[in-house]
Amino acid sequence: MITILVFLPLLAAAIAGIGNRFIGHTAAKLVTTIGLFVSCALAWPIFIGFLTGHSHATVVPVLHFLHSGALNVDWSLRVDSLTAVMLVVVTSVSALVHLYSWGYMAEDPDQPRFFAYLSLFTFMMLMLVTADSLIQMFFGWEGVGLASYLLIGFWYYKPSANRAAIKAFVVNRVGDFGFSLGIFGTFLVFGTVSIPAILAAAPHMAGSTIGFLGMRADTMTVLCLLLFVGAMGKSAQIGLHTWLPDAMEGPTPVSALIHAATMVTAGVFMVCRLSPMFVTSPTAMHVVTVIGAVTCFFAATVGTTQTDIKRVIAYSTCSQLGYMFFAAGVGAFGAAMFHLFTHAFFKALLFLSAGSVINAMHHEQDMRFYGGLRKKIPVTFWAMVAGTLAITGVGWAGVFGFAGFYSKDAIIESAYASGTQLGGFAWFMGVFAALLTSFYSWRLIFLTFFGKPRWAASEHIQHTMHDAHGHGHDAHDHGHDAHAAHGHDAHADHDAHGNPAHAAAKEDAGDEPHSDDRGFTEVEHGTLGYEPHENPWMMTLPLVLLSVGAVFAGFAFAPTFLLGDYWQGAIAYSAELHEATEKLPFLVSLAPTIVMLIGLFVAWWAYLRDTSIPGRFTATFHGLYKFVLHKWYFDELYDFLFVRPAFAIGRFFWVRGDQGTIDRFGPDGISRLIVFGNRVTARVQSGYVYTYALVMLLGLAGVATWAVTR
Amino acid sequence: MSGFPILSIMLAVPFVGALWCLFAPGSDEARARGARVTALAASLIDFALGIVLWLGYQTGGPRWQFVEKSDVFGRFSWALGVDGIAMLLIVLTVFLVPLCILASWKAIAKRVPEYMAVFLLTEILMLGVFMAQDLFLFYIMFEGGLIPMYLIIGIWGGARRIYASYKFFLYTLLGSLLMLIAMLMMAHTAGTTSIPALMAYNFPPAMQDWLFLAFFASFAVKMPMWPVHTWLPDAHVEAPTAGSVILAGVMLKLAGYGFLRFALPMFPQASAHYMWLIFALSMIATVYTSLVALVQKDMKKLIAYSSVAHMALVTFGLFAFNEQGIEGGMMVMLGHGLVSSALFLCVGVVYDRLHTREIDRYGGIANNMPAYATFFLFFTMASVGLPGLSNFPGEFLSMMGTYEISSWAAFVAVTGIITGAAYMLYLYRRIAFGPQKNADAAAMPDLEPREWLILAPLAAATLWMGVYPESFIAPMRQDVAAILVRLHPTAPASDAALTAPPARPVMAKPAIAAAGER
Repeated sequence: MITILVFLPLLAAAIAGIGNRFIGHTAAKLVTTIGLFVSCALAWPIFIGFLTGHSHATVVPVLHFLHSGALNVDWSLRVDSLTAVMLVVVTSVSALVHLYSWGYMAEDPDQPRFFAYLSLFTFMMLMLVTADSLIQMFFGWEGVGLASYLLIGFWYYKPSANRAAIKAFVVNRVGDFGFSLGIFGTFLVFGTVSIPAILAAAPHMAGSTIGFLGMRADTMTVLCLLLFVGAMGKSAQIGLHTWLPDAMEGPTPVSALIHAATMVTAGVFMVCRLSPMFVTSPTAMHVVTVIGAVTCFFAATVGTTQTDIKRVIAYSTCSQLGYMFFAAGVGAFGAAMFHLFTHAFFKALLFLSAGSVINAMHHEQDMRFYGGLRKKIPVTFWAMVAGTLAITGVGWAGVFGFAGFYSKDAIIESAYASGTQLGGFAWFMGVFAALLTSFYSWRLIFLTFFGKPRWAASEHIQHTMHDAHGHGHDAHDHGHDAHAAHGHDAHADHDAHGNPAHAAAKEDAGDEPHSDDRGFTEVEHGTLGYEPHENPWMMTLPLVLLSVGAVFAGFAFAPTFLLGDYWQGAIAYSAELHEATEKLPFLVSLAPTIVMLIGLFVAWWAYLRDTSIPGRFTATFHGLYKFVLHKWYFDELYDFLFVRPAFAIGRFFWVRGDQGTIDRFGPDGISRLIVFGNRVTARVQSGYVYTYALVMLLGLAGVATWAVTR
Repeated sequence: MSGFPILSIMLAVPFVGALWCLFAPGSDEARARGARVTALAASLIDFALGIVLWLGYQTGGPRWQFVEKSDVFGRFSWALGVDGIAMLLIVLTVFLVPLCILASWKAIAKRVPEYMAVFLLTEILMLGVFMAQDLFLFYIMFEGGLIPMYLIIGIWGGARRIYASYKFFLYTLLGSLLMLIAMLMMAHTAGTTSIPALMAYNFPPAMQDWLFLAFFASFAVKMPMWPVHTWLPDAHVEAPTAGSVILAGVMLKLAGYGFLRFALPMFPQASAHYMWLIFALSMIATVYTSLVALVQKDMKKLIAYSSVAHMALVTFGLFAFNEQGIEGGMMVMLGHGLVSSALFLCVGVVYDRLHTREIDRYGGIANNMPAYATFFLFFTMASVGLPGLSNFPGEFLSMMGTYEISSWAAFVAVTGIITGAAYMLYLYRRIAFGPQKNADAAAMPDLEPREWLILAPLAAATLWMGVYPESFIAPMRQDVAAILVRLHPTAPASDAALTAPPARPVMAKPAIAAAGER
């Protein structure tokens, strides 16, 4: 059954991808979507089996992979309680995203390719979560990276999308650099890459040392940190996070599936999967805590200033991943997985709702040009509110709360309950980030759905209304022949197929999110007579279903994840830590709720009550605002530190090294010498083959003589 | 073995084909057409024989199989035979040659019969290198193989073909002479020219050093290792597509094969002694050539530099002194043989249409050539070592083996996966993605059936090697083990060694891993 579950998406992807134009749009969409719903239908019973405690970990072998010395690797599918969680998350969200994409991508000419990529991604993700060996995990890891690359760059005629795709792949490769070294080291130490064998042996290695880059270091610390670098890359933790916001260049369903619900949580999954290994190294756990806490704070600050609706949610994702990591760092792996689970639902919901807004607004993504959409797209509005209630953690202990209330609060409480200094630091960062989360989430709601419409200032809306009046077809068609046809009868994908001039302008703007620095109050108001419409049922149904998840997932599953029974030892569950969270001072456990209300209040005050506040604030704290707006200047820094030097050094090696030194004193120098000596250029240039053959034959003659006469 | 001299026949078939190409009667046009068909037929027969060879090869059987030996004169004998390592490289060669002939079908218009004959001659000599069991037979094949390569570049090459082949020649000359002298000394000392006998002979340590360096001089150039790599980009750029394919796919493997056949088993002490020389050069090559590849403006040069970086992984692996490293090195050779060949063929496809290799002249061709773009992406991904495709098992094993002996070397080697991704994806983006900025590139038609026929088998093999690499590792396992037996007494210590685990090291295998061993 698990085999069918995992390989069905691959089969569907192959049919849709290879069949492509021969089988047509509908067939490709049907095959992939049905495949995913079947997989999803198979995944839930597995999860329920573990919930009821009837199922136990199993491994289904598929094919031998390779055997080299002590290294012995199989393709196999492991199902245990941890995998079961991931199975339902991946297949459920993926199935809904497939359905949603019927509506969202309806006007795209390349739909089979899109659905094939989505299903391929799902397959790779399933391979990752069912991995029984580090190498298969790495296979899935790289496979989802490939799918992410393909889907970010899906609209391959957009230079900005291509740049983002390459950035995502290469930055992830930096993480994989660590992951690879971690796998090598693990094999060196344990003589196997089988995950259960490693986890069983890990405690015995605590305290041993290993040579690494000339140092002698604690074995488990080195291995865990190397592996964690991989997790940082995939889960966009600070330092290696820069690819995630740019990945929003991809179609919105992709952002929901890959860059919110599933792929980016792979790092968290990996740390949880290897948790018995991580707990043997306190140093590694500390690093995980600090990285997680700093990321959760950093990303939340940036989220407060972004105006692109998808980027806000992207930074929010980055921040929530930070929560999961510091939960793991303080040893609350159950809470980390719980947040991963609830986050998948509410973040996918937020992204898909954002997509719904974007679709209704003709691919305008800037929230400054939204406003007053509440009545126009009510289903989307309520879905987004459900998602926001979930992410900000609204609820009252013992009564009812939305999903995030249970999972996020469990994390924050665990940090405090761990009782260490770093736990305290993480707790503080977590609470502060919760305030910011509440602020930027409600800011998004207020800017988008409340207030007066500000659509008139949107280029996209202007463009639409302009064309609707029957002129401008030529004026706006900058010779993009291949796509002009789509670009103008299907405005929904204006950005996709639109004119290169627009794309180029975006390219020039580079990583600057804003080509103009106007605040939202400074843009002109009005609708230009534009009427946004609610989207078709394929798009709203997934929103409704995910809303159910966002509302009830926390309430329903909190005992499952937080009490240890469910896990059956699949993660390093700490019962003491959980007990400690239940004995926290009242004010400590209330803190997240208090800051949540503060954030909501500030957002309401600044974006509905007195709308001059944001402008005055940015004017007063201009330096701080710029710093945060430019995402702490990470992109600029990396560009300066790595990208430019790589090209400069490459050019230097090529021109000065290969041509200027090796060739100059090597072959060219010799040739000049010969030419100078002989002055018989012609012979050198035409007779070399024969010269060479002669030399060789002479040598052979010598050999033969020697051999015969000896 | 059986009396059927399959190896000799594999050499004879292309020979007869080459003769027929050269001396067939008829008009020029008829001869050209006849030569194409003859060459294709001959290479396909060889491919079929190659499959027979693989199927007939007994994994776990005698070390040397299909052995033939007949004395020619004196000590010089026609001695052929293969082990698993040689067998795999032979199969790679006979797989690539028909594809090369197909790729030259239209691209070569002048002196077709001579071209086809030279190409078949190249095949004979390459196969001969892998089959030879006599030191001097090896030498003839090894050095002789370069002559048809000169001809292919020099006669059917691009504008600067003279310069390219001249450079190639100069680099090769010195190494070859040193290797010949070393071979004479070896034959003199050991009193035999039989390669299997020499592989078991213990040369005095002081002599090993000199012999090793002499062989190293030749192999480093052919590999190519930094800093004697600069002939490769020029040779690739000037060679016709099929020439590049054979150069990258087979000729670059000769040196790796040479290391495995000569340097490691014959001079184990010297190999251990010079491990750090090899590692240092490979480390430099990984960083240096990757960065140089990043700034290339010519597609073939870029792929050529990436080849140098990949070959560094081969040398890392071969000198890691463990199963993972050596098997990984071999797997990189096989995987790179498929993928770099495929990439050069991909370049050939667009070169045939637009007659330029300038990356900037392309752009956005995913629009008008979707099938081509898909293949190209597939091979690009294989080249960056995506798991599930052919290069991953080799690269991963090779780096893993390297880590086992030196975390420093591995640390540098693994940076290749970052830079490799950067330069290949950057190349792909500039060619296939983005707006269509050049009208002539935007007007290129998609793949024709002949090109499908070239790329599809390569794609299938790439996928196979990625999903089930065991079928390639199994035949070579025993031979690698035999080499390791020779290497083991002198293998250098690891700098990544584990110390003082408080408890005994637990090597417990779970049920599933044990089950998989069956």
